[in-house]
Amino acid sequence: MKVLTCPVNGPRSIDEFVYGGEVREMPNPAAAGDAEWADYVWCRQGEPGVRREWWYHVPSGTWFVAERDTERDDVLRTYLWGQA
Amino acid sequence: MPFRLLKFGLSRNYPEPRMFRSPERLRDSYDVVIIGGGAHGLAAAYYLATEHGIRDVAVLERRYIGHGGTGRNTAIIRSNYLTEEGARFYEFSVDLYRDLARRLDYNLFYSQRGHFTLAHSAAALRTQRWRAAVNRHLGIDSEVVGREFIARTIPEIDLDCGGHQPPIEGALYHPPGAIARHDAVAWAYARGADRAGAEIHQQTAVTGIEVAGGKVAGVHTDRGFIATGKVLSAVAGWTPQVTRMVGLRTPLVVHPLQALVTEPFKPWLDAIVVSASLHTYISQSARGELVAGASLDPYELTAMRSTLEFAEGLAGHMLDLFPCLADVRVLRQWGGLADMTPDFSPIMGTTHVGGFYLDAGWGTWGFKASPASGYTMAHTVAKETDHPLIEAFNLSRFHRFDLVGEKGAASVGH
Repeated sequence: MKVLTCPVNGPRSIDEFVYGGEVREMPNPAAAGDAEWADYVWCRQGEPGVRREWWYHVPSGTWFVAERDTERDDVLRTYLWGQA
Repeated sequence: MPFRLLKFGLSRNYPEPRMFRSPERLRDSYDVVIIGGGAHGLAAAYYLATEHGIRDVAVLERRYIGHGGTGRNTAIIRSNYLTEEGARFYEFSVDLYRDLARRLDYNLFYSQRGHFTLAHSAAALRTQRWRAAVNRHLGIDSEVVGREFIARTIPEIDLDCGGHQPPIEGALYHPPGAIARHDAVAWAYARGADRAGAEIHQQTAVTGIEVAGGKVAGVHTDRGFIATGKVLSAVAGWTPQVTRMVGLRTPLVVHPLQALVTEPFKPWLDAIVVSASLHTYISQSARGELVAGASLDPYELTAMRSTLEFAEGLAGHMLDLFPCLADVRVLRQWGGLADMTPDFSPIMGTTHVGGFYLDAGWGTWGFKASPASGYTMAHTVAKETDHPLIEAFNLSRFHRFDLVGEKGAASVGH
């Protein structure tokens, strides 16, 4: 069983979590051009490597950030947004 | 034959002809370099040579042919898709498959079985009526059938799923649905391409792509540099690594997709059975094994590993449908990479990098498309313009917000 550490609830089974995709920065919608906006909406990193991701602990309703190696499936650390 | 086999066994130098040559030397230049020796890349090499007379082609494969998605899928072939663009494309592929064993002179174990997509809810039935209507409009054999028809055609199925799942209310029935031996498709295309003049280089990794003035100039490999004006990337789950080499961004995200086979037994399941609600698809191969797959793993990962959770979950859903399998053992399980697009359609055709052609976004639906993908990409590379059947699948559709939504037909994970 794979275990993920929720920053609020500690180590829990991966079954309790939902994956929320990579952490991305939204460009200013008022200032961004069409190409930049389309890139933000659709394009993703895709390549394996260490990346920051959103995860959600379902029973407690906690969104948090995990740094994970998407080639080895190793979670390096997890923290609440803004508390890195 | 036994005498020939005996002679072969006693021989010292194994004189049996190989399926294709293994050229020792990588040349300095080729007209076209194809990255990826799966069914798509090999088919493209075959059609480039046979349909367009372009024989100066190198297929570069980092491992061995068919190592990726080609040898890891569940080998289902069908065309009952949801959009006109999708259904037309996959129907062309089914057409090519029907005649492929004869054309390539190789037994692909192509076997038409009939394909059932089970509906466990009124909402699922509604999507299936939609699919049937689109399919019939395009001349594709597809209809919605009721419980009686399913029970008559697949007598072993438990339509009420033992009370563990919502009962089956009907199904989308697609008689042309078929299975084939996926390795044989790769081998046959490899042999065809090789005989037509293309070179297949296994154990050759691409490490970079040279772009000069917005156009492809060559490919760096771990065996040296190749000058070429045209590169076709047909690497599915490894596409993001290749598109980075030419500075292209794509919407692809890579998830593992797992499958398993059971021990072989006597033929009893003729149909291909799919349940979207149970995230399960099952067919019986020519060897007698049940081949079954599930939905995507729930988070991104570029690793072809398989998990106990998957085998446990899939076995449970198989028993919901077929309680008679309770004593059957799992023989082996594996994982492959699915490069998923947001609209569940592939990304094919020209790109804004001159001479760089993309055949990607094959997610969970790539095997059935192999012949059509090879055929249309060969056309695209030769004519330097998208084949009419794949215009809707160009990477630029995302910048135009003009997607081809196939989620209701391409995948079981919804």
